[in-house]
Amino acid sequence: MSDVYKDPRTPLPQEGSEAEHYKELVAYIKTKPRRESSLIDVMHRTQDLFGYVPRTAQLLIGEMLDIPTSKVYGVLTFYSYFTEKPKGVYGISICLGTACYVKGAQKILETFEEQLQIKGNDTTEDGLFTIVPTRCLGDCSNAPIVIVNEDVWPQVTPEQVPDIIEHYRKEAAHV
Amino acid sequence: MYNQLRSWQTEYRQEFDKRMAVREDVEVSELGYRLTDSFYAKQYRIALRNSGIIDPLKIEDYIALDGYKALADLLENQIPQADVVAEISESLLRGRGGAGFPTGRKWAEALKHDAEHKFIICNADEGDPGAYMDRNILETDPHCVLEGMAIAGYAVGADFGYIYVRAEYPVAVKRLKIAIAQAEERGLLGKNIMGSDFSFHIELRLGAGAFVCGEGTAMMESIEGRRGLPRVKKYRTAHKGLFGYPTIINNVETLANVHMIMLKGAKWFRSIGTEKSPGTKVFALVGKVANAGLVEVPMGTPLREVVYDIGGGCKDGKELKAVQTGGPSGGCIPTSLIDTTLDFESLAAIGSIMGSGGMVIMDNDDCMVDIARFFMEFTVDESCGKCTPCRIGNKRILEMLERIIAGMGEPRDLRYLKLICETVRDTSLCGLGQSAPNPVLSTMKYFANEYEAHVKEKICPAHVCKGLAQYIILDSCIGCGKCKRNCPVSCITGEIKEKHVIDHDACIKCGACEAACPVHAIEKR
Repeated sequence: MSDVYKDPRTPLPQEGSEAEHYKELVAYIKTKPRRESSLIDVMHRTQDLFGYVPRTAQLLIGEMLDIPTSKVYGVLTFYSYFTEKPKGVYGISICLGTACYVKGAQKILETFEEQLQIKGNDTTEDGLFTIVPTRCLGDCSNAPIVIVNEDVWPQVTPEQVPDIIEHYRKEAAHV
Repeated sequence: MYNQLRSWQTEYRQEFDKRMAVREDVEVSELGYRLTDSFYAKQYRIALRNSGIIDPLKIEDYIALDGYKALADLLENQIPQADVVAEISESLLRGRGGAGFPTGRKWAEALKHDAEHKFIICNADEGDPGAYMDRNILETDPHCVLEGMAIAGYAVGADFGYIYVRAEYPVAVKRLKIAIAQAEERGLLGKNIMGSDFSFHIELRLGAGAFVCGEGTAMMESIEGRRGLPRVKKYRTAHKGLFGYPTIINNVETLANVHMIMLKGAKWFRSIGTEKSPGTKVFALVGKVANAGLVEVPMGTPLREVVYDIGGGCKDGKELKAVQTGGPSGGCIPTSLIDTTLDFESLAAIGSIMGSGGMVIMDNDDCMVDIARFFMEFTVDESCGKCTPCRIGNKRILEMLERIIAGMGEPRDLRYLKLICETVRDTSLCGLGQSAPNPVLSTMKYFANEYEAHVKEKICPAHVCKGLAQYIILDSCIGCGKCKRNCPVSCITGEIKEKHVIDHDACIKCGACEAACPVHAIEKR
């Protein structure tokens, strides 16, 4: 097993929005040691660039790091942070940790599901919202917590849910 | 170089004191400064000594308060490694991540073995729902953790350190990267620290949403690039760990104590807390409590003091029902045991654990069976799947709890439940499976009447479990009798103009009474 990177043979899209991402990914992988222990770091970078880990990226990573693709896929599906499906523009993370749970997080989740007409982990048809039920986000004294992308909404009530959704619809419309 | 650190300290301390002088929320204290708000009155903050006081993005602040002095003293005076290990051993510092293993003994084991490399891993994969002590330390005082790791590295002869931090803590990740860069820039970390022969590099490794990776061997699997499946421990981690080399895994809070212990001595540390559990512990007091937040108190403090004197008791004047400690590996402490002292032994004796410090306050609106199910759902989700007892046993436990909550429980379920829980506890490969049944076992022990109510009477005393909801006639009943006339099974009794009553055993929960009542005096609970 060689430490030297060769240019990848995996066919990569040359046009389209993801073509640039693939170039950046290849460049990033080349800065890491060519070993199994680089896998999770590389996968994080992939998730950051694309918003998910496409099949082609899995093949690419496997080839470049010299890891069987089955192992790459195994790591991807084991860790809940990584996803093979594209996510919506806004990821609505609803914390279901203990403190949030006793403060009514389940009802918050159900209200979001009802308002957006989708279940947890699904994305709305317009590609705007993904509901992501999460484990403890670590802001327990402000329970219940909802995090939309990087915005933290503390002490959320079911009544606030439609307003939160509207806030982001407006934001998306102005972009 | 040591003189350089000393002159920095003098210079920065002057500026720091000036900044503190204009603040109204701090005052000088034994360990530097302390926060004066009443919430902190009964706290004794060692691990959190700098939290909320210094600016975590300024290494100058950390140095002003003797930051990196503990490390410098070791290097300048060329203290033998065995002496450092002895000091930590004598302090009886025990792991703050939950297991409470003596830190000194761990370090002594790693020092014993010769190897080309040795590693220090800081376990910052704080996964317990309801716990955020480590997040706070990493975000408000990252250098304290770096210095602790460097001292550990010196003591055991390690050249490299990893901080395995959850991906869900982006602020902590950012601040750690900044802190590492700042320390390296000033020669306080990296090659030839402060001009000595000791080199120690620290890098971050991000988690990716797997709770099981907080388990030591699973964490090492993850750092090595694989799925976080725990290993069978043929060798102690301190003997053969990461990549096969001697490895020390310490929790964030444990490492945060090292600086102070080295500066003030083991005897000082032993003077705080109890004989078998010296020092302090940080708890995340959350849930239905009036003042939620991080609380650091000496070990041995009665739980009552934390919940009432510091936490202000239950929110909205409700009555305390239980305190859940230790996250999904812990147990529920009923109000009757509120005088239990917070230390490793006392908590274990009543069937709970200290855990990482999560402390969730529950009132009478919480159903203990539902809480047990909540934790079980979490565990089943997070189970790695490697060993049969945890993968299959916990799933069966969850199914039984769900049936009980839906009103389909039978008395023999309670016997089976206890049996499976004990089997999973005794035969699982790693700590996740071994401690997963704790919430169920402890709620069955202290809240047996709630389980029986769910199973025998098919009611949920806390009115949480929707499948066991009952129709109740309220005091606002005007005694018109409409409900009685509409009931298809004639289970409502009452005289005209007197409050009517539903016989729950005969009630078929059809809701006709609720629909018929002209004054909305019937509620489904």
